[in-house]
Amino acid sequence: MTTKKRHSLPLIVGCTLVGFIALMALVSIFWTPYSIQDMTGSRLGPLSSHHWLGTDKLGRDLLSRVMIGARIAIAVGFGSVLIGAILGVVLGLVAGFAQRWVDESFSAMFDILIAFPTLLLAMLIVAARGASLASAIIAIGIGMSAIVARLTRLLVKRVLAKDFITASRASGTSWARIIFIHILPNIWTTLIVTFALQFGFAGLTEASLSYLGLGAPPPNASWGSLLQEAQATVLTSPVAAIAPGVLLVCLVIGMNLVADGLRDVADPTLRRSQ
Amino acid sequence: MKILEVKDLTVQTGDGSKVISGVSFSVEPGERLGLIGESGSGKSMTALAVMGLLPAELKASGSLLLGTGKDAPRQIIGAAEKDLNEIRGRVASIVFQEPLTALDPLMKIGRQLSEPLRRWKGLKADALHEAIISALTEVSINKPERIAASYPYEISGGERQRAAIAMALACEPSLLIADEPTTALDVTVQAEILTLLDAVVSKRGMSLLFISHDLAVVSRITDHVLVMKDGSVVESGSLADILRSPQHPYTRDLVASAKELDNALEIAKKSGGN
Repeated sequence: MTTKKRHSLPLIVGCTLVGFIALMALVSIFWTPYSIQDMTGSRLGPLSSHHWLGTDKLGRDLLSRVMIGARIAIAVGFGSVLIGAILGVVLGLVAGFAQRWVDESFSAMFDILIAFPTLLLAMLIVAARGASLASAIIAIGIGMSAIVARLTRLLVKRVLAKDFITASRASGTSWARIIFIHILPNIWTTLIVTFALQFGFAGLTEASLSYLGLGAPPPNASWGSLLQEAQATVLTSPVAAIAPGVLLVCLVIGMNLVADGLRDVADPTLRRSQ
Repeated sequence: MKILEVKDLTVQTGDGSKVISGVSFSVEPGERLGLIGESGSGKSMTALAVMGLLPAELKASGSLLLGTGKDAPRQIIGAAEKDLNEIRGRVASIVFQEPLTALDPLMKIGRQLSEPLRRWKGLKADALHEAIISALTEVSINKPERIAASYPYEISGGERQRAAIAMALACEPSLLIADEPTTALDVTVQAEILTLLDAVVSKRGMSLLFISHDLAVVSRITDHVLVMKDGSVVESGSLADILRSPQHPYTRDLVASAKELDNALEIAKKSGGN
């Protein structure tokens, strides 16, 4: 684009918040202060130079566990958005192109899936595959795909009604090529905003699943399971609950701000008026 | 030998009401035919039917043979999309009324123009670029390099329509359909576009199906017309005959309103001369 680069405050704040969590996740791959399974301190130890966030009820370093939690949250975000995006865009395109009853039955399917609680869907998948991070990602991704599909269908229908699609067909362009050169570029900016939003919500849903014991099984330290463990001792050592809680809020708010910022920066109608 | 032969074309909506009923006409190679009618008379529908571009909810019946010479006439009604794509753009192509919506807003003019050129002529890289520039030059665009590198919203309405005409001409069609190509433009630009169409069609020896609601505009480009009203052809013949003795009440109205303008111009001229 030739227009001058515009700074969007929500985008900067959002990227900072999410970037901080992503950095923690990245560092945790190579290094954590302690192993998350080793009981290296006293039980429910206070904040100290050895244990920056203190220790949990088994004496494990909390900072290490929170860092691993960040890694899980980011992995769930990417994994589920990837599944939701591929599945959702493909189904949405099919429904968008289909006529009458095919379109209607697809739409009904999306609506049912959206109305179906993700937690319940996750329980079904966990029952079938066993509790694991992959199960949680698949469940969240499938739930998300319905939202993406419904939006994609709507956007596709809108673009299909435009004259330039007819004009392109009139010059002999095949449907497959029209999808790639006209439809996807025209719906992409709206979809990317939804993906950003869903990334944040995926982290939140994973925390709920872990809280209920349906997420990654121990010793994995998802923020949800950290919250669940900290619940009994929240009055005596609140940091164990506050740390994962605050980070979860940061992730969701951060991704919401990123989505907002992307909308401002990427929206072609806003860009055009510049 | 005809390039387009329409016999008893009828287009119905899903509930059985007729948008076009029993339209028949033909276009010889190199012939120009004007299609006149008010909005809703079915003239644009006829154009879309010729290209096999009718919306899926409309059903066409009758016979629509398109092609001549080495492209043997093919039946358009009921043809598969794959077969239609071999004809579209190459045997017949179409210029639409509103150039802003007939061009993809997110694609540079040069890129849009490259699509048909690449597909039909197999051009690449430098040869493709040269073909784009010469296509834009042919439609009298002043700075073809600049226009090729612009988005549709960055150029004027007249330039957009010229670019759209260049796209329609890209695959050297034998028949050009112009669906109210000047209606959305300023009067001065209208005249330029008409002159351009006139020149290009003569130079290439193409057939032209020119659709308009304006008798004055049609009279500038062709002398054979077909008058449509409520989905049927009510009158056809040479423009001179129709102007001299319009048979159908609608045609009489058309001619009368054109004459009124003419008389007003005469009076203005006389009073200006005194």
